[in-house]
Amino acid sequence: MPNDTKPLLSVRNLKTCFFQDEGTTEAVNGASFDVWPGKTLGIVGESGCGKSVTAQSILRIVDDPGRIVEGEILLTRADGTQTDLVQLKRNSREMRAIRGGDIGLIFQEPMTSFSPVHTVGDQIIEAVRLHNAVGKREARLRGIEALRSVGIPKPERRIDEYSFELSGGLRQRAMIAVALSCDPRLLIADEPTTALDVTTQAQILDLLRKLQQERGMAIMLITHNLGVVAEMADDVVVMYLGRVVEEGKVDDIFHDPKHPYTKALLQSIPSIESPPRVKLPTISGSIPHPYNRPKGCPFHPRCVSSTAGRCDAGEPLLQDIGGGRKVSCFHYQR
Amino acid sequence: MLSYIVRRFLLAILTVWAISVLSFMIIHLPPGDYVTSYIASMSASGSAVSEGEAMALREQLGLNQSITIQYLKWMALILQGNFGMAMEWGRPVADVIGDRLTLTIVISLAAIVFTWALALPIGIYSAVYRYSFWDYVFTFVGFIGLAIPGFMLALIIMYVGFAYFGANVGGLFSPDFAEAPWGLAKAWDLTKHLPIPAIVLGVSGTAQMIRIMRSNLLDELRKPYVMTARARGLSEYRVIMKYPVRVALNPFVSTIGYLLPYVVSGSIIVSLVLSLPTVGPLLLKALIAQDMFLAGTIVLLLGVMTVIGTFISDLLLMWVDPRIRLGRQ
Amino acid sequence: MAEPAAVPGTGVIAEDKIAVATQWQLMWWRFRKHKLAAAGTIVLILFYVVALFADFFAYVDPLESEAQRSLMAPQPIHWFDEGSFKPYVYALKGTRDPLTFKRVYVADESKKIPIRFFGRGDSYRILGLIPCDRHLIAVEGAKAGESLFLLGTDMQGRDLWSRLMYGTQTSMMIGLVSVFLSLVLGVVLGGISGYFGGWIDTVIQRIIEILRSIPTIPLWMGLAAALPGDWDIVKIYFAITIIISLIGWTELARVVRGRFISLRQEDFIMAAELLGCSKTRIIFRHMVPSFISHIIAATTLAIPAMIISETSLSFLGLGLRPPAISWGVLLQDAQNIQALVISPWLLIPSLAVIIAVLAFNFMGDGIRDAADPYG
Repeated sequence: MPNDTKPLLSVRNLKTCFFQDEGTTEAVNGASFDVWPGKTLGIVGESGCGKSVTAQSILRIVDDPGRIVEGEILLTRADGTQTDLVQLKRNSREMRAIRGGDIGLIFQEPMTSFSPVHTVGDQIIEAVRLHNAVGKREARLRGIEALRSVGIPKPERRIDEYSFELSGGLRQRAMIAVALSCDPRLLIADEPTTALDVTTQAQILDLLRKLQQERGMAIMLITHNLGVVAEMADDVVVMYLGRVVEEGKVDDIFHDPKHPYTKALLQSIPSIESPPRVKLPTISGSIPHPYNRPKGCPFHPRCVSSTAGRCDAGEPLLQDIGGGRKVSCFHYQR
Repeated sequence: MLSYIVRRFLLAILTVWAISVLSFMIIHLPPGDYVTSYIASMSASGSAVSEGEAMALREQLGLNQSITIQYLKWMALILQGNFGMAMEWGRPVADVIGDRLTLTIVISLAAIVFTWALALPIGIYSAVYRYSFWDYVFTFVGFIGLAIPGFMLALIIMYVGFAYFGANVGGLFSPDFAEAPWGLAKAWDLTKHLPIPAIVLGVSGTAQMIRIMRSNLLDELRKPYVMTARARGLSEYRVIMKYPVRVALNPFVSTIGYLLPYVVSGSIIVSLVLSLPTVGPLLLKALIAQDMFLAGTIVLLLGVMTVIGTFISDLLLMWVDPRIRLGRQ
Repeated sequence: MAEPAAVPGTGVIAEDKIAVATQWQLMWWRFRKHKLAAAGTIVLILFYVVALFADFFAYVDPLESEAQRSLMAPQPIHWFDEGSFKPYVYALKGTRDPLTFKRVYVADESKKIPIRFFGRGDSYRILGLIPCDRHLIAVEGAKAGESLFLLGTDMQGRDLWSRLMYGTQTSMMIGLVSVFLSLVLGVVLGGISGYFGGWIDTVIQRIIEILRSIPTIPLWMGLAAALPGDWDIVKIYFAITIIISLIGWTELARVVRGRFISLRQEDFIMAAELLGCSKTRIIFRHMVPSFISHIIAATTLAIPAMIISETSLSFLGLGLRPPAISWGVLLQDAQNIQALVISPWLLIPSLAVIIAVLAFNFMGDGIRDAADPYG
């Protein structure tokens, strides 16, 4: 297949900043990664590391006072050409066609992601008609089918209900239905299971996997839950303070983490097999205030293996260390 | 949905009862017996009141009995349509009030329509283009509108109209139509005269509505469903108008419940300055002359009218907001 | 550990400073940035200085009337006398108008009466205690009462400037006292309603809703008209104040109740309860500091309504009555449009009302934004 050699989405040195009276926050500070067709990329990091802003930047829906300052976002279109999404005007017809048409987005909070005064059907039908030239009746049928494909029982009835009439799990499914109603090639899922209980979580993840297999869709899964990543992702990107600190295949990252941050994250996962009465290792310190980025490597104040003189002097670049692994740490610099 | 209607209806009844009690208090606050002043004013205008008539009146109003009985008798009379006698005019209250109550309703509604027609687009614009030049302009003008009480604005407009145009901008009708019976021509004349009172009455309400719409919309614009709508590929215009505006509209519609009494209140004083033939000037005259039956009845009718309007607005809100319709908690 | 560092050159506040600033300091910083609020506050301070020291700012007895001086235009102050800064006004000469044969006063350009700032005039007592005879504006060599009419005179020939000063005193003070009464009523009822919830809440809520849906002006007009006409000024003053405060307490009660309800559900309150704090301690030590800034904002925003109410009632003749002086009483003269056209200066007190109301709104908005930046 002609597109397998090119990534579906290529983010290069993305920088998104928020300009406020009190100061400028560099929410995304030079992030680079690739999403491959039909595969799942997991983006992991603590709250505040810039994962959501990255997703919003890709779709060009970053709220004021935020702006993409630098970088490229290369989307490979269905016909093989590449478009740099940063160069498109935010509200241009082309960008709007990509939103929802090529790239779909589902959010963390299904409750507040639906309009409280419009029916679910209203919103699905709107999405369908936006990206396909069909009449209302046809769009409604497609909407019902979409609801059915995400496992919502009695979709002909549900389509006329309001979001507050659905349970949490059904709402999340409905949101997936809306996002998929126009057959996007990439689905960005921003913390899709965080607001759900564990059983529903498992169901939603199963659903996502099934849909991915059926449609050959790529998924960009954003989460802070390492368990979800382990289960779903093919490739993993670890972010800290707006930068990518490590990238690699999921097995490699989990069994052989390179970056001190990744190592510390994995160590802090509680395990049934760990010896009893031993303190759970945590990462010392806390995420710095966005106006107070540490000089040098952003992680060095909390790093157990930081060396004075080097780690506080400059920012390490994301380097390829072979085997599809990339790390941003001075310890691996040549 | 049904429970909502029932609840609002019961509340309306309760409010009407409270108003009746308050109006009754007003009627009976001044010292002195109504009947004695009635006799005095009647004899002053030349007609005498016989002993028997006086006693019958006393009986009818229950003046020799406890205050509760008096209240009940008064309510009984009201429900039969007998509002008592306006002392100063020597005619039944109902005659004296006549048209004026309807006209009060008309200008109040006109003011509300004006308020909404202006506040809605300005509020939306101000929220979407926050901190822009026009936002500041509207905010400033809105503040001025808030700061100038209706009657003061009326005074200034009257002054300007008189001093610079030599015209009397007050009144609701041209001289030819003032006493004429109702008809299409009279209605049209009324409509031509409505703008100034409507604007004067509506200005401070508009300022408040703009602020409410702006702040509600600002709240909604931050919510995730707006971003979801954008993420679906909707144009910016539709993203704003179809979703957050629609949601912010609900508290906006519900404000009529508080806007109506405010406007009706304001109309009292504004009608005085602009010499409008509404209930306002009548009420003032009645109060100054201590014609308590007239005054109390006007207060009662105004209150009831307002409650009806508020109830209608509650029904409107129910129609507009599916969350209320479907009884969501 | 993360060293707090201020990034030089980007105007970033060091983390330390933000972390240790108290709630009030944060509020003050935010408030200061709000230019309009600062301007409003300054204007209000000016107004209250005038209110407190009305005797100083006035230069004549506001009740002194002379029918023949009625409806005189404001006197212009001439600031320079032959090149040097020596403000003066022209003396007034009584003549007979050839058309109406009425006695009128015109400027006599041959006699100049110098004005002195902080000069001597009628004596009075500062705040009722300290005797003084200095006034902001005084005249030399003549009686102020016969020569100085900076804002003209009203229908009865009383000096409008001095009346405006005293009117400011009354109106601003009534505003404060009324709002204080409203505040007490609102906090008590709103607090009980919000804190205890249940049927008390329902009852109080219904009462508030009922009061809000009644048109207030006719009701209060009725109450004000029912005040016996023979009460003395002070009694009427207080009665009007109470009536006005009854108009505004519902709004404050709503704010207080809303705050209590949202606070009741906060985790930190539950934590305090679990720790065993008494109810009083919870209310005063934990809840009150949370919402006191909102209450201040709501109160400040309620004052304009009080001022407008008093002005309206007095304007109608139902509130304060002469010889009491307030902005509303002053505006009564403006009711007559014919008189207004000849003597537009009668409208000047309305400027005072508008400016005061605007200032209160700006200041209140600033406080509210500072207290709750997400509101």
